[in-house]
Amino acid sequence: MRLILLTLLTLGLATGIGLGATWMTATRGVDVGTVTVGAWTARPQSGTSNIDPYARAAISRSGELPLGLGDGVAFRADRDDSGRPLDGRCDVTVSGTTPAARFWTLTLHDSKGYLVANALQRYGFTSQEVLRRGDGSFEIHIAPRARSGNWLPTGGIEHYILALRFYDTPVGGVSTRNQRDLPMPTIKQVACR
Amino acid sequence: MIRILAAIVAGVLLGGIIHLVSVLAMPTIATKNAYERLTPLTKVNTMTALPLATPDQSAIPFMDPAFAAAACRYDLSNGPIKLSVPVSQSYTSVSFYTDDEIAYYAINDRSAGRKVIELDLMTDEQHENVPKDEEVTAADRLIIDSPSTTGLILVRALAAEPGLMAQAQAALASATCRLETEPISAKR
Repeated sequence: MRLILLTLLTLGLATGIGLGATWMTATRGVDVGTVTVGAWTARPQSGTSNIDPYARAAISRSGELPLGLGDGVAFRADRDDSGRPLDGRCDVTVSGTTPAARFWTLTLHDSKGYLVANALQRYGFTSQEVLRRGDGSFEIHIAPRARSGNWLPTGGIEHYILALRFYDTPVGGVSTRNQRDLPMPTIKQVACR
Repeated sequence: MIRILAAIVAGVLLGGIIHLVSVLAMPTIATKNAYERLTPLTKVNTMTALPLATPDQSAIPFMDPAFAAAACRYDLSNGPIKLSVPVSQSYTSVSFYTDDEIAYYAINDRSAGRKVIELDLMTDEQHENVPKDEEVTAADRLIIDSPSTTGLILVRALAAEPGLMAQAQAALASATCRLETEPISAKR
């Protein structure tokens, strides 16, 4: 009797810990080879044959195709600079400059990676269409209601993810040490209603 | 008491093993991965335009809506394939994935350095059978080795402004992906 109970305890623990840890790592990711700048994170190695098993598990679960490193590097953010989750009912500004790249795009996705419907049919900005200040920096307003300048509508959804993708860029290719100094734009939650 | 402790330790160890095995097995057991999602939308060894990502439909999640995309689901078991992609106005890229989504190679229009990106995709074994002298004379021909027999080629063209999307799609419409019918040595 005791032996059966102990065996059950062992197996129960094993299943819980094993599958629980896998679920956690596949949904939230692991900090293996992650480049983090402010609220932005990227895993340049996911776009190569050197992808780590955790990133592979996460990718096959979500159903996406990673951006090949010879193509570009994708950064994502689901929080602002102070760590608050990005809320589609709030006004958020993304401003500053970006690292060197031939092109970049900023896109708003829902938490599953799909686009968010809005009357403007605007799902993001490319480096070519964004309006800039005299010094080349930009400010994008992400808000549920129309704003002047670069307005990216949220459709009022509760939670969204920003993807900032750099194409034909040295980012991710060189040593990761100096990548903390990448001039990534800031994400600030201005007002909520 | 000792026995309970031993049972807990064994459980934690076994849990660690289960965790590692399930992480490593995930790419093979996941059924909604990108390759499975694109299978009904694409034909083997043929370039197929993917529908533009919209809120209602997206072939795979996290697609960049600023790009026109086309995919070729390849199968090298009947020989190497030849890929030809005319570059669009602003930016064009070609990415290669195994059937379990490893991005093993990607190239863009600038690194390819010409108006049409032309590549030969083959398995390691097929590459070994390419005559050596042929490889030297065709030094400007780019040969890519696929680690798997089946996989995906994703071709994308950027529309830097929404008005340029039609152009980007038109550029991709003339991209081709086909079985190399005659043996390589018979060419030029």
